[in-house]
Amino acid sequence: MNAQADPPWSWNLVADLHEMLSYPFMVNAFRAGTIVAIVAGVVGWFMVLRKQTFAGHTLAVSAFPGATAATLLGVSATAGYFSFALAAAIVIAFASRPSRGHRGGINEESAVVGTVQAFVLACGFLFARLYPGFLNSVNAPLFGSSFAITNTQVVTLGLVAVAVLAVLATIGRPLLFSSIDPDVAAARGVGVRAQGFVFLVILGAAAAEASQIAGALLVFSLLVMPAATAQRLTARPATSVTLAIVFGLLATWGGLFLAYYQPYPLGFCISSFSFGGFLLAHLFTAPRRRRPERPMAAALPIGVSS
Amino acid sequence: MTHETLVAAGLLSQPFMQHALLAGTATALAAGLTGYFLVLRAQVFTSDALGHVAYTGALGALAFGVDARVGLIVATVATACAMAGLGLRARPDDVAIGSTFAWILGLGSFFLTLYTTRRSAGDGTANITYLFGSIFGISSSQAALVAWIAIGVCVVMAFIARPLLFASIDEAVAAARGVPVRLLGVGFLVLVGIVCAESAQTVGGLLLLGLVAAPAGAAHRLTARPYVGLLLAAGIGVVSMWAGLAVSYYVSDVPPSFAILCAATLAYLAAAAAPRRRPLIPGTANPSDAWSASHSSGV
Repeated sequence: MNAQADPPWSWNLVADLHEMLSYPFMVNAFRAGTIVAIVAGVVGWFMVLRKQTFAGHTLAVSAFPGATAATLLGVSATAGYFSFALAAAIVIAFASRPSRGHRGGINEESAVVGTVQAFVLACGFLFARLYPGFLNSVNAPLFGSSFAITNTQVVTLGLVAVAVLAVLATIGRPLLFSSIDPDVAAARGVGVRAQGFVFLVILGAAAAEASQIAGALLVFSLLVMPAATAQRLTARPATSVTLAIVFGLLATWGGLFLAYYQPYPLGFCISSFSFGGFLLAHLFTAPRRRRPERPMAAALPIGVSS
Repeated sequence: MTHETLVAAGLLSQPFMQHALLAGTATALAAGLTGYFLVLRAQVFTSDALGHVAYTGALGALAFGVDARVGLIVATVATACAMAGLGLRARPDDVAIGSTFAWILGLGSFFLTLYTTRRSAGDGTANITYLFGSIFGISSSQAALVAWIAIGVCVVMAFIARPLLFASIDEAVAAARGVPVRLLGVGFLVLVGIVCAESAQTVGGLLLLGLVAAPAGAAHRLTARPYVGLLLAAGIGVVSMWAGLAVSYYVSDVPPSFAILCAATLAYLAAAAAPRRRPLIPGTANPSDAWSASHSSGV
């Protein structure tokens, strides 16, 4: 993180930024951060709406064994991140059957997700232990460091981002419908289960992207907090998604800017900005009497169907 | 003596193994008991959050030169109280919990940097210890303290198990019958906080979730009887702990935390693969139904 010893800080922010961007690694960090903030903002918005934060957290931490396994095997970290996140998404999708409809049944999904999460973290620990450079291989994937991102990584991040956004654009409208009211959506012929599966895979890809910037443990700062802040501020889906992207971008850029000037991990800087926004939104808006999705359901045109 | 008993005697004669067994068994027991209720009350995510908070507490204490165990217990119990306080008015949702603990974890990484840069005496492995545990490195006095605290949690759990079951399954009816539902909820979360602080020392702040969720999930799969389920959860936790410790003792490349979590996950998989349990009472398929069916006539 400290590629150069204490770069000079001046109050002339434009000059600071100009100086910062003269380093190729900072340019790549800003490129990657921008791509990731956009994808995480959109996918995270749906995740918060669908109340799948625990599953999202589990997919994000599966980036940790991905990164350590890649280091151990000597393959590219990107491949490790994506393959483990996608594998975890498929396991969660198959292991947790929808509990809807069981009368008063206990929700086993949380036990499944919790077990998967602890197990993948333990695997990551094992891989890191087996690798000789033990200590260094633990902190970066957990707490984030985007100051060593290569051009190839930026291209990969961009391609995956385009794919994720394309899939979301195709299924976005019916997905919004089924996220708000799965029963009615199913009755109208929306493939709720298939959508849930596709969404988990997308979420896995987005979490893998975000963990390359913010670190596996701090992915929530890009995936959850901007979306939660946006949904607190407005009930209109389009405005809300746009706001989530804007908040994510601001937190990422602010975090990169801050992390450049001091030794603390990038993930901490990004999560502080995101959490600050989340707190401000909660302090300065009146708590809604009703759940946010109610007005959203009302805002949805009647004729929506797949 | 046969060869096997000699090998087992060798394992048990090592002091570090005795300490690990003492601390591990006690925390697994407490984690299994509280985990059963966490799954029943759909609060598994809360224990996840508390585990992360434990890490930040430990690193924060180290950064300011205090005993890490003080940081652990203060952080988890304070967070548990805060969550319970929020829960009195409105159940805190997963988004609020998730956003808060992600930032608290970020704070942990901040303390880590502070600790490793400011204190030259600080060793870099403290980070690993509280993230992933170091049960083989636990001293005899540490192990004894962990065991006493965990056994205390178990005793309290045994006392509150019955009213807590009632309150978890049907809060409104329990409140109407005079069960102190709110007090139980707060007390239970504080107990979970203590369990997380103790488990963070054995399997680590990130992995204690598995010790809580996997045995309890398996028990919920295997039986609908609440008390049998509670004992089963504790039993599966303890057996996973023993199996993990033994495997890690004989295979030196495998860290104990991984072996313990692996055993617990296998137990859950085995329970999930087992044929679906028969309902205890016809028409009921889960503890809440079994409980209400068996108590609706009696009380």
